[in-house]
Amino acid sequence: MVNLSVNLSGLELSNPIIPASGTFGYGREFAELYDIGILGSFSFKGTTLEARFGNPTPRIAETPSGMLNAVGLQNPGVDEVIKTEIPNIKKIFGKPVIANVGGFSIEEYTKCCELLDKCDNVGIIEVNISCPNVHNGGMSFGTTTEGAAAVTKAVKAVTTKPVYMKLSPNVTDITEIAKACEAEGADGISLINTLLGMRIDLKNRKPIIKNTTGGLSGGAIFPVALQMVYRVYKAVNLPLIGMGGVTTAEDVVEMMLAGATGVQIGAANLKNPFVCKEIIEELPNLCEKYGIKDLKDIIGGAHQ
Amino acid sequence: MKREIFTLLSSKCIAENVFEIKLEGNCEGISSGQFVNIELDGMYLRRPISVCDVNDNILTLIYKVVGKGTKALSEAKIGDKFDLLTGLGNGYDINVDTKKPVLAGGGVGTPPLYMLAKKLIEKGIKPYIALGFADKKSVFYKEEFEKLGLKVSVATVDGSFGTKGFVTDCIKNDFSDADYVFTCGPEPMLKAVYDLGLKGQFSFEERMGCGFGACMGCSCKTKYGNKRICKDGPVLLAEEIIW
Repeated sequence: MVNLSVNLSGLELSNPIIPASGTFGYGREFAELYDIGILGSFSFKGTTLEARFGNPTPRIAETPSGMLNAVGLQNPGVDEVIKTEIPNIKKIFGKPVIANVGGFSIEEYTKCCELLDKCDNVGIIEVNISCPNVHNGGMSFGTTTEGAAAVTKAVKAVTTKPVYMKLSPNVTDITEIAKACEAEGADGISLINTLLGMRIDLKNRKPIIKNTTGGLSGGAIFPVALQMVYRVYKAVNLPLIGMGGVTTAEDVVEMMLAGATGVQIGAANLKNPFVCKEIIEELPNLCEKYGIKDLKDIIGGAHQ
Repeated sequence: MKREIFTLLSSKCIAENVFEIKLEGNCEGISSGQFVNIELDGMYLRRPISVCDVNDNILTLIYKVVGKGTKALSEAKIGDKFDLLTGLGNGYDINVDTKKPVLAGGGVGTPPLYMLAKKLIEKGIKPYIALGFADKKSVFYKEEFEKLGLKVSVATVDGSFGTKGFVTDCIKNDFSDADYVFTCGPEPMLKAVYDLGLKGQFSFEERMGCGFGACMGCSCKTKYGNKRICKDGPVLLAEEIIW
C-alpha cells in the first residue's frame, strides 16, 4: 500500500490533492458528481469583506493549452460565506477546508481573516495577494516585498490558524516575496496564481476579455509554475502548496519533486470535473510504477 | 449533470455554416432549453451547444461554425466518440400560464425551441413559431416546425426570404394575439423581443469556462441577484432581466 498522506502545518491530508480556489466554487457542483470526501482538502472561492460581482463579461477566453479568466473575485462577502456557504460545505465535506481570502486594504484582509478564524472547519487560511484581475487590490500587495510582508504580519496577528500566502508569478523574483512572507511568520506559501495575459478578437479588433487582460491558467503554465515552486522551495523553509496547470497524476508527482507538499488543481476541474477524483485514483498506480512507497518522501526530491 | 460518451451518427449542413448532428448516448435527464458541453481534441475549453432534440438515446444538436472548435466538430467522422457533459443549465419551464405562446428564434438561437415546441404540444399547447435569420442562405428548420403542425413565420434582415425585417416583425404581423414568449437568440434580438412587452422566458449566451457553475465566468446581474448563465440560466424570466 502506498501512503499518499501529507501534512500541511499540522493539518493531516489523506492525499495532496486540493482543488484550487475559483475553480471549485463551494464544492456543491462537484459533490453532485462524486464523493468529494476523497479530496485532501479544497480551497473555496476567494472571499472578500464585501460582496462583489466582479468584472463585466466576457471574462473568459480560450488560449493554447489554457484559458484566461478575469472574474475579479465574485463572491457574496465574508458574512454571507460564513452564514450560508461554510455550513453547506460542512454538510458535503467532512474535512477541514482552506479559506481563500482576497482584499483591497490591510484592514479588509484582517477583518476577513478574523471572522474566518472562528470557523472550526477552516483548516488553513490562504491569503490571496496575487489576483491579477482587480484594480488596486490583491496583486499590488503581492508584487512588492513590503506589501507582502505587511499583509502577512497583519493577518498573522488576528488568527491562530496556519496562514498560507498565495503568490503572484507576475514579479521579478518570486523568491524575494516568499522570503518576505516567511520573515513575518507565514506558515506556508501557495504558488502560483495566474499569469497576466490577453487575447484579441480579429473580428472586432478588441480584447476578448472585457477587462482587457486576464489571468492565464491551464496546462500552458505548468512549466512556469514548476520552476517557481522549485526556486521557492530552495529559498524558504516553509511547506509549499504548488499549483499552476496541474492536470495529471504525473504533474502532481513532478510538483512534489520540485518541492510542493500539497498540490492544487485549478483550470483542469473546469474542463474535466472528475479530474481530481481521477488523479487520486491514479496516484497509487503511478507511485508503484516509480517505486514510491510514501509520497511524503519525494517532496523536494529533485533538489538532492 | 452527467458525463457521457456519445457516438456521432450523422452530420449534415442545413444552412450556410450551420450543421445538424445526431449523437447516440445516454440522454437521460436532458430537458428543453438545456445545453451540453462537448470536449474537442486540441481545444482547452469544451464547447457549449444548446439541445435541439432528444429521442430516446439520440441527441440532436445544431451549431454554427464560428471558430476552430466548431470547425473541427464539422469535420468529425461518423462513428467518432465525444465526451459530453449533459443536462446543463436551467432550461425552459413549460408549467406557466399561457394559451398562445410564441417561440421566437434568432439564427442559431432557433434549435432549443424545437424540443420546447414538442414539449408544449405534448401538453396540448400549439405555439406560434417566429424565426429570424440574416438571409435566405441562413434559414433552417422552417419545415421541421411545420411538420409538427405549427404556424411558422420567417423574417430575414435582407428580405431574401419571408418578411423583410426581424423576428419581432413576425410576431407583430402574424402572431399579435400571442400571450407569452419563449425566446433564444443574440442579445440585441432578445432585447427587441423583450420590448414587445410580453411575459416570457429568455435564453442568453455568454462565454463560459466550465459550463456547470464552478468558475463564475459567465455571471450576470439580475433583479433577483447575480446569476450564472450556465447554471442559473441560460433561461431567465422576463421580469428578472437587467439589460
